[in-house]
Amino acid sequence: MPTPDLDDFIAASARALALPVDPAWYPTIRANLEVTFRLAALVADFGLPDDAEPAPVFRP
Amino acid sequence: MFDHAEASALKISHAVARGEVTASAVIEATLARIATHNPLLNAFTDVTADRARACAAAIDARLAKGEVVGPLAGVPFAVKNLFDVKGLPTRAGAKINRELPPAERDSPLVERLEAAGAVLVGALNMGEYAYDFTGENIHDGPSRNPHDPARMTGGSSGGSGGAVAGRLVPLALGSDTNGSIRVPSSLCGVFGLKPTYGRLTRARSFPFVASLDHLGPFARTAADLAASYDAMQGAAAGDPACAGQPVEPTVPALAAGLDGLRIATAGGYFHRGLSLEGHSALAAVAAALGARHEIEWPEAARARAAAYVITCTEGAALHVERLRTRPRDFDPAVRDRLIAGAMVSAVAVAQAQKFRRWYRDRVLALFAEVDAVLLPATPCTAPQIGQQTFALDGVEIPVRPNLGIYTQPISFIGLPVVAVPVPLTPLPIAVQIVAAPWREDVVLRIAYALEEKAVAAAPKPAGGISALI
Repeated sequence: MPTPDLDDFIAASARALALPVDPAWYPTIRANLEVTFRLAALVADFGLPDDAEPAPVFRP
Repeated sequence: MFDHAEASALKISHAVARGEVTASAVIEATLARIATHNPLLNAFTDVTADRARACAAAIDARLAKGEVVGPLAGVPFAVKNLFDVKGLPTRAGAKINRELPPAERDSPLVERLEAAGAVLVGALNMGEYAYDFTGENIHDGPSRNPHDPARMTGGSSGGSGGAVAGRLVPLALGSDTNGSIRVPSSLCGVFGLKPTYGRLTRARSFPFVASLDHLGPFARTAADLAASYDAMQGAAAGDPACAGQPVEPTVPALAAGLDGLRIATAGGYFHRGLSLEGHSALAAVAAALGARHEIEWPEAARARAAAYVITCTEGAALHVERLRTRPRDFDPAVRDRLIAGAMVSAVAVAQAQKFRRWYRDRVLALFAEVDAVLLPATPCTAPQIGQQTFALDGVEIPVRPNLGIYTQPISFIGLPVVAVPVPLTPLPIAVQIVAAPWREDVVLRIAYALEEKAVAAAPKPAGGISALI
């Protein structure tokens, strides 16, 4: 995953999600996003077939 | 002289049933201990004294009439404040939630324990919205560890661990999404059971991560865990997350011993970052159980990563409207993690849920070869309250997310676990005993055997409870 410019990403996401984010919170949000993106990349790097079922299965 | 502080739940219920002590006397002694010690331990956020006295008096009246009371008659217990308690707003450790109307009805787990004769005495401190491994709470103050009040209880069920270890109650309930029963059990030195995902109903409790939330008990003996767990089992109408598994009592075979059980350890991920104390506890438990075989646990680091992604995103989805309207009323540490979670792509969540099924299938295959696996519960003993980092393998890393590195890969796929305390000095630390889904009987049986062998125990605070004043 390319490293996004996270402060711009935070600002744009906050607008899109209607979240009133104080710029003073950016460093902590950025630190959390960096960890989450790193961990999400670890999961994404694990090759699974297209037909792998997710864990939750809806039963009508 | 009945030792009210030290008595286990079952010792209390036997004494009450035999008329050696009244339920009312038990509850008065409990309320007195809470009044004396809670100002320091900060385990309780609410004490339901009037309700407890009425409940105890009713039990005594039934006994006086010769009626049979339940297996937990007169046993005082308390619940993490995310359980609904009739008449209290379900605060879930949050400032915002205490504006909720009072709950109209107790959680079914509270109802089931009271149906077995137990007596609710209050609600317990916790990390805000359960997004926590420390037991610290910016609104209510930190839960304090009875073995050293300058140290963390662990969280998020911090008050539950502190109340049981501090001898305020013999039994408490908590929740565990990523380790919130097992981490405080380890740091406080008590037994904690995280049952199989879907075993105990979560109805009328405040949620955190629907994919991963579990409820379960804390106690100072394995027998108390088993007795309370048995009383809480069963289907629950209207709770789609409760699997409706038949009631499978664990008490009858609790003392069956270790014969026929294949018990292994796992290295790799579960040894990285483990302190000397953690290694000592694990070695003592493995030696006592004759567990010499080491298995290879698949992809634990990736499982922890996927649990992390699901947690922050589902948690964000739960709280997004409060983040829009009340962001300054959150604990900033919780708020900023939830805001970050709201900004994570749904792609990451879908991939994490696909990985979860793959991982579940691989781990379940291990249980064709073994009945239980021994794993560390926390990397280290209780850190200082407010401590921000600790050293794992010589690298300084943040305390808050990393206390759960060994618990997250297990709850991620809902396996049953007992955290078994090993009474090292000066501070205890626990070992996780993990089994296949629905085999709570196996993990409780092993926990009981370890207690019989005097390897596992919930140690008294140094100098006894009076030293806490």
